[in-house]
Amino acid sequence: MENENIITQLSIFVSNEPGRLAAIAGILKEFKINVKGLNLAESSEFGILRAIVDEPDKAYDNIRSRGVIVKKTDVIGIKMKDAPGSLFDAADVLGKAGINIEYGYAYSGRNLDYLFVRVDDTEGAIGILKKAGIELVKRSEI
Amino acid sequence: MAFWNKEIETMPRAELEKLQLSLLKKNVRTMYDSSKFIHDRMKSVGISPADVTDLKTFRKIPFTVKTDFRDNYPDKLFVRPYEDLERLHVSSGTTGKPTVVGYTRKDLDDWAESLARGMVSFGMSKRDLIQNAHGYGLFTGGLGVHYAAEKIGATVLPASTGNTERQIQLMRDLPVTAFAGTPSYLFHIAEVCEEKGIDIQRDTKLRLAISGGEPWSESMRTKIQDRTGIRMHNCYGASEFYGPSFLECEKQCGLHTWADICYIEILDKNGDQCAEGERGEIVITMLQKEAFPLIRYKIMDISSLTWEKCECGRTHPRLMRLSGRTDDMLCVRGVNVFPSQIESVIGEIPFLSTFYHITLENKNYMDDMVVEVELNESSLKEDMTELLKRTRFVEDKLKNVLSISAKVKLLLPGTLKRFEGKSQHVTDNRRDDW
Repeated sequence: MENENIITQLSIFVSNEPGRLAAIAGILKEFKINVKGLNLAESSEFGILRAIVDEPDKAYDNIRSRGVIVKKTDVIGIKMKDAPGSLFDAADVLGKAGINIEYGYAYSGRNLDYLFVRVDDTEGAIGILKKAGIELVKRSEI
Repeated sequence: MAFWNKEIETMPRAELEKLQLSLLKKNVRTMYDSSKFIHDRMKSVGISPADVTDLKTFRKIPFTVKTDFRDNYPDKLFVRPYEDLERLHVSSGTTGKPTVVGYTRKDLDDWAESLARGMVSFGMSKRDLIQNAHGYGLFTGGLGVHYAAEKIGATVLPASTGNTERQIQLMRDLPVTAFAGTPSYLFHIAEVCEEKGIDIQRDTKLRLAISGGEPWSESMRTKIQDRTGIRMHNCYGASEFYGPSFLECEKQCGLHTWADICYIEILDKNGDQCAEGERGEIVITMLQKEAFPLIRYKIMDISSLTWEKCECGRTHPRLMRLSGRTDDMLCVRGVNVFPSQIESVIGEIPFLSTFYHITLENKNYMDDMVVEVELNESSLKEDMTELLKRTRFVEDKLKNVLSISAKVKLLLPGTLKRFEGKSQHVTDNRRDDW
């Protein structure tokens, strides 16, 4: 059974050329892909647009059909309380468990704030965070 | 005008040609008897040493080419046992395997003799202190210049390459009068001196330079000479000959080759002999080499040759400035680089496609090489740390094979233009008219 807390992130590879990001955004618009959270990372030669979207599998196929390189990556969505110390709680339990956060980015929703993180042990992190009483986003909630 | 070996250097042409032919015949005989490689090559065209009575017959012997060294790697071309060899040098080959060359005592002496004549011809003597900024080690530049300078009694400062600050400090603190290194490196030193407010003419005793190891132009010579007051003398050679072998005299009007050391042919596109002064491909035969044969070797350089007596009094033929290559070899910071070497490195790395592009720049008066490669889609990672690691990995692999650093850019799959043909792998934006 698949873990309902594993969120599929799309990693879209974008060349560092003027207009490339706009072209990708155009594809997202064309297929009415609703972006719930995103992050733009760049190396010196190309960038990676990381996006949490509704219906990631369909979006993946659509983006791919346009010749754009896209990969699926498992991430976790941590629900953040609107109070100081939320980030510490999550980072602390993972750190103590020896799980490395590779990157993360925040998303502010209507009702809640989320922190999407990519870790080196997704299943392990989900178990540890839940055990520590930290709420995670379910796939169905995206 | 001083000479190192006046009798031979000023010998009348007719006598020289006679000497050259007799050395040539002797060398062909020796190599035919001792080298299976030459034996088979001569047999293949039905020539025996007895037939080689003139240059016309000699020119029927098939060429030796760079890949013959690769095919006979590492030492199958040697005709002398290791107990007769005193040194080996190694230079870059066209693909994975380097070129290994060997030297007998006589080879090392002849090499130093050839360069010693050249050094004296541009005014070096035992009173000079030469800072040798050619690389010491497997490359021939460092030790070649070193032993020749010692032979004429000069003092050698074996500075080797790199560490520009220290090079400048040494040439200021010590009475350095001569410099050996690539022209671009001397230019770089001049630049750094200027930035630091050091006037080479006032603050050093430098007045002469041997500048070789890479192609350069007359305009570059004029610029550096005007700026530094250092007279620069072109240098030519290759490890297959000995190493750097031929220099310009103080008249700076072409490289003095030595007719008792080599026989040089200049061939046109059809393989016919060019007229004197006409540009063509250099084919060289080393007349006194013992360790391995170098007969009718296509070095892939283009130049012209003249027997016109030099104003300096020397009668041997002069090679004019080199004007290109017949292959795709690149010279980067004085090091020979073949695109095929880069291709073979990339071909062995599973996460890369086979496409690549090389861009050369010299913005900072030093060559920069950028190699763009493409990631394979199947092994593409979205992890930046991993991407950086892979960039370093490719850079390390390239450095191992090329002996010089290249900056690697990892590109997305399908980014590089797909070309047919080899030459389009390289964009050379270097200017030689600084």
